Parts: sequence; C-alpha cells; structure tokens
Amino acid sequence: MALTAKEAGLAACHVCNRLIPVGELAATGHRCPRCGAGVHGRKTDSLARCWALVLAAVIFYFPANLLPMTHTGFLGKVQSDTIMSGVLYFFASGSWPIALVIFIASVFVPLLKLLVLAYLLISVQRRSHWRPAERTRLYRMTEIIGRWSMVDIYVVTILVALVKLGALANIEAGPAAPHFALVVVLTMFAAMAFDPRLIWDRMGEESKDLSHHRVTENTEKSVY
Amino acid sequence: MDKRIACHCCDLLHEVRPLPPGGVALCARCGAILYRYKRNPLDRTLALALTGLILFIVANTFPFLAIEKAGLTRKMTLATGIFELYREEVYLVAALVALTTLLLPLVELCALLYVFAPLRLGRRPRLLAPVWRVMARVRAWSMMEVFMLGILVSLVKLASMATIVPGVAVYAFGALIVVLTAAFAAIDPHLVWEALENR
Repeated sequence: MALTAKEAGLAACHVCNRLIPVGELAATGHRCPRCGAGVHGRKTDSLARCWALVLAAVIFYFPANLLPMTHTGFLGKVQSDTIMSGVLYFFASGSWPIALVIFIASVFVPLLKLLVLAYLLISVQRRSHWRPAERTRLYRMTEIIGRWSMVDIYVVTILVALVKLGALANIEAGPAAPHFALVVVLTMFAAMAFDPRLIWDRMGEESKDLSHHRVTENTEKSVY
Repeated sequence: MDKRIACHCCDLLHEVRPLPPGGVALCARCGAILYRYKRNPLDRTLALALTGLILFIVANTFPFLAIEKAGLTRKMTLATGIFELYREEVYLVAALVALTTLLLPLVELCALLYVFAPLRLGRRPRLLAPVWRVMARVRAWSMMEVFMLGILVSLVKLASMATIVPGVAVYAFGALIVVLTAAFAAIDPHLVWEALENR
C-alpha cells in the first residue's frame, strides 16, 4: 500500500491510532470515536506554534547561559557559577567526562535542538524535497534527546538540597535555573508541536507536480 | 475493527498483521516503529506496575543521599530538593521537578494499575478512555531516568568537596526506572483498543 492516510481521506488518532474518515470528523466534534482524544488530520497550526515556541526558547536561552546557575558559599566565600563556568571548572580540574556530560546536556543539546527545529520548519515551508527519511529521523532524534537537557536542573535540585551545611558550605539556586527550565520545557513543547508528516505531505505534492510536468512535456512533444 | 494503521511519523497506511515472537513492524517509508510483538502482555504489565508502586514508596520514604563533611551529616529524600527550591522561591523549578520526578511517575503507576488490573480480570475499567489518554500525554514528562543521570553528575561534582553516601532510596529509584520502562514496553495497546471498541 503506497497511500497515506490523508490521501485515503482518513485522519489517525494520536492516542489510539484509530483511523477516522475526514468527512466524519465534524460530526464527532473532532473527537476520536474510540478513545475520545482530539483528532485532526495534521496537528493544528503546527508550523506557527512550533516557530513561536522555538523563538521563545531562543529568547530564554541567553539568560539561561549568561546568568549564574548556582551560588556556592564555601567557608565564607560566595562564588557564582554559570553553566559554562561549571563546564570549564570540571574540564580544568581533570574530570572531563563530567564536563562533557554537562556541556552536551546543557549547552549543546538545547542549541542543537533549536537549530534542527528551525531547519525542519524552514525546509517544510520552502517545500523541500530533500531526503525526507533523513529529516524524519532527525526529528525523531530531537524528540528523544530533548528531555536529557533537564539533567542540569536536577543537579541543581540535588546540590541545593544536600549542600546546606551552615557556614561551612551552602549552595543556592541562581536566576539561570528557571530560565533554563523554561528553555527545556519550551523546546519539548516545540518538538511536540511540529508535525513530521508535513515533510511527507510536500513529497506528495512533488509527485503531482512531476506528473503535471510530464504531461506538459508530452503535449509539447506532440506539438513537434 | 479497522485492520489498518497510519504511520505516526509520515502518515503512510499499513495493514496490521500478526507478528512472529520478538517481531517489530517498521514503517516501509520512514522506518518508524509501528508496533511490536508482545508476550503475555496483561500479566507482565500488571506485575511490573505493582512492583513499581512498591519501589515508588521505598524511593520516597527512605533517605536518598547523605552528605558528610567535618562531622556534619545531612540526609535528603527526593522531596527535600523540591522543598528547598520552594523555600528559595524558585517556584517554577520546584514545580517542574515535583511534576517530572514525583507526581507524574505516580500518575503513570496508578493509571497502569487502573487500566490493567480490571483488564486482567476480564472487565473494562469505567474510565478507560480518559485514563488511557492521560497516560499517553504524561509519558513524555516523566523523567526519572534523567534525574538518575543528575544524581550521578552531582555525586562527581561533590566528590571533591565532601563524602556522599547513597541511601536505600537511590537503589529503589534506579530499579523503579527499569521496572516502569519495562511495564510500558510490555503493554500491548491493541488489547486496550479492543476493550475500547467493545463498550
């Protein structure tokens, strides 16, 4: 079967995979007759919602990385650390595996995710036909790895809970923490808002364009 | 029941066919996983969900980590971190941590038991449809395994500063992650869909 649900006039429920004829959607109030979840042929306003969430995440990405994540009080001295200064500290002190984990989870993954989503959005808007399977895989990857960025938030939580030793040592959460949490949440919502089936819808348009092209060529040839 | 399924990633229609043991059905066009063969799905899901609930109680009542430095000791449970963030008025982060590591995993466990205990007994739970919908939504926001990585990173971070002693709860928490993941992997959604159709 080389037919998409859309081409067959069907919409699939996100929750229980039931296929519903598009014509019956209005009658059921866009609800799945089997599980009651909201059903739309494609995620509603996917591109606009995804762009809005990506841009919001970009805005919060700056304070998340520039403001201090933790304030560490150690024997009367207070030191404020941003994500990057933490990474550099561990790199300098020789624990490069931990530096790498924090760098990848907190700096690299959120940035990569925003870039990939922006690229996917632009590629769909420009009706790109380039490597749809690879672009779909790229989307699945961003969806899976996004959650791991939360690791820094959890590290702060554990440090804040454990290191409360009065004057000896004390760690408090810095202003970057809520901003960083927002970046993670917004990028996760952005990935959820993107509909990878749009990549393939453009491919469907291509085959129609091509067949159209072939017809015009043929008519031109028949003229000669 | 409709014997077709649309790929959630590229919308291509496929016919649902029974799989051999250990089999996986992949989308012919984009390679996404469509469905898997499930062995003894009801018993497995239910057993794992019950185990998970016991582990959840252990993980949240016993001390999680303890820090020792110059004769001072401080113990924490999972809830301590959330409470400290709340006290420092970082409400957003406190709420997010509470949701992703405490509340939503509990919701998932309760939902699993609510759906699969009656199904195992051959009955249909009254709120099957809404509970199943909630379960599908919550999955992405339950992030215990990420929290576990956070524990490892914190251990290394603090190793040079003080002695850190992992408590019983850390092991229970680690086991809970494995058990909950296995419980979700054991689910055969087709059984739930069938139960939903036969109302």
